[in-house]
Amino acid sequence: MTFPVVGRGSVAGLTRDRFAGLVLAALAAFIAWETRVLPLGTFREPGPGYMPLLTAVILGALGVVVALRGGGPALRDMSWSEGRHAAMLLAACAFAALALERIGYRLTVIALLVFFLGVLERKHPLAVAVVTLALAFGSFFLFSDLLRVPLPRSPWGF
Amino acid sequence: MTDTLSNLFLGFTVALSPDVLLFAVVGCVIGTLVGMLPGVGPLAGISLLLPVTFGLNPTTAIVLLAGIYYGAMYGGSTTSILMRIPGEAASVMTCIDGYAMTQRGRGGAALTIAAIGSFIAGTISIVGLMLLAPPLAAVALRFGPPEYFALLTLGLLVLAFLTGGSMPKALAMAALGLFLGTIGIDLMSGFFRFQYGLIELGDGIGIVPVAVGLFGISEILLTAGQETPPQVQKPKLRDLPPSREELRAAMGPVGRGTVLGFLVGIVPGSAHIISSFVSYALERRLSRHPERFGKGAVEGVAGPESANNAAACGAFVPMLSLGVPSGPIPAVMLAALMVHGIAPGPLLMQQQPELFWGFIASMYVGNLVLLILNLPLVGLFVNLLRIPYAYLYPAILVFCVLGVYSVNNSVVDVWIMTVMGALGYVLRKFDFEVAPIVLGLVLSPMLETALRQSLAMSSGSYAIFVDRPIAIGMLAVAAVLLLLSFLPTLKRGSGWRRTLGLETET
Repeated sequence: MTFPVVGRGSVAGLTRDRFAGLVLAALAAFIAWETRVLPLGTFREPGPGYMPLLTAVILGALGVVVALRGGGPALRDMSWSEGRHAAMLLAACAFAALALERIGYRLTVIALLVFFLGVLERKHPLAVAVVTLALAFGSFFLFSDLLRVPLPRSPWGF
Repeated sequence: MTDTLSNLFLGFTVALSPDVLLFAVVGCVIGTLVGMLPGVGPLAGISLLLPVTFGLNPTTAIVLLAGIYYGAMYGGSTTSILMRIPGEAASVMTCIDGYAMTQRGRGGAALTIAAIGSFIAGTISIVGLMLLAPPLAAVALRFGPPEYFALLTLGLLVLAFLTGGSMPKALAMAALGLFLGTIGIDLMSGFFRFQYGLIELGDGIGIVPVAVGLFGISEILLTAGQETPPQVQKPKLRDLPPSREELRAAMGPVGRGTVLGFLVGIVPGSAHIISSFVSYALERRLSRHPERFGKGAVEGVAGPESANNAAACGAFVPMLSLGVPSGPIPAVMLAALMVHGIAPGPLLMQQQPELFWGFIASMYVGNLVLLILNLPLVGLFVNLLRIPYAYLYPAILVFCVLGVYSVNNSVVDVWIMTVMGALGYVLRKFDFEVAPIVLGLVLSPMLETALRQSLAMSSGSYAIFVDRPIAIGMLAVAAVLLLLSFLPTLKRGSGWRRTLGLETET
């Protein structure tokens, strides 16, 4: 196994796995810190904090192993070309979580699909309208009306 | 044997009566649809339709619910293979090679192999259920907390050991999954761990939002924004039947998956999920070309799909013969029977022979119905791929949100799905396998409970794991696996896992 040369003091100079291992170790440290409020119990009688701390220790140790092994391309060489699009999709999911019980299922889906198809994918307005309305109302009819899955409605009953 | 056959004859007279047959078919169709929809797994489907069964007689009620259960096992493979979105947690492993086959233009063949494998596994497992229920249930009964702890530890290590990529990375993901599984109310002390003001986390983080986020959402995040959109495969109908080589490659995994799934199924736990993970690992281990796994290996579809269907049947063994549910789904079905004043257990076969044997026979009928339904509809499912990706991914996202929300009617689950989607995206960019997270999440509560119960049994002595032969045997195998996996790191050599293709050159 070879240990790649770390960049000169720059995070971007780290290899992919070395950076990932360090992040995992940091996450493990955070989890271990958070378990301080839970009763740990003893080795012979584990309490509710025992298992989370144990998993944090294992995670941290494995993070260190991953970091020591290094491997992968340099962080700066990784491609994130789809990152902006991915961030917008995640923002849309977050919007769905915020809006679902506030403006109801159908309006949320309409807003999501108009954003995806009209703004992100720049599809023809007629196609956007047809797909959006069909999916929003069709899925609501199938799940809420036929299968009786309780889906949220807007304050206006819509 | 004569008794069994005459009882089975009685069962078929019940199962083939028009009303029971109708509900078996309805259950299979609903189950297939439920399994296909991302997020709406068999548990959610059965729970949603439970009130509908209250107006039915006990036999039709249990036949309907069972139809939904194993119909979902069939349907769950469809979205996994075509879109890399597990319809339900047991289909997580099918995503890996099923989707890779789709990308290679063999999506139709993968669906057909999954349907045939599921049929064979389901049918053989019903024979097993019928003949072996009492003795196998007795074996499972002998498992105490120490044996469960050893079994779960071994299962987790086997998965990490045989997952593609770096072993320390896979184990780290399993540890992360184990940690996520500790979130929520501690069953033994009532302590609310990692609450952060969210009461919804009391029951823990659900498998559905985590699986949909890590697999479905992350796939969309990785592909939707690419400068060159993914090429949509448009296989023709004549491409749907698997080739002779593919069928030959599938036969062994189907047989092994059937036996493995059935045996795992009778052990309490999320059997159908674990069985698919273990089957995938086993097939990869046995393969002469393990490097093909993850790139569209037929064995990676046939094994897990057979195993999860066989496990679905195996799970009925302790439920019917002992009245002990082996997981959340049999527990809901048990509740449905109890609503009708029937107590499943050793006396069920004697007191309610029509129900017991009618149920067994209806499973034969249901499997046949599913094969007849699924094979011709494979072509219909493949048509989903003809939809341009720019239209397809928004629809998938909407169904992900809908499916995840409808399990608990909770937006917290939608948030969890979003966070897991982001996490899955980053982890896959950094070349981490995400499947061990899901298994860790499933096993964590069981593992912790088994550990603490074992120590309570032995007044805090860890010798209990050494004193019991089954437990020490399984833990010894786990220790050997752990040692072998870190040997390359210790030697700083290339390692034999890399030689076998389990670990790639980085």
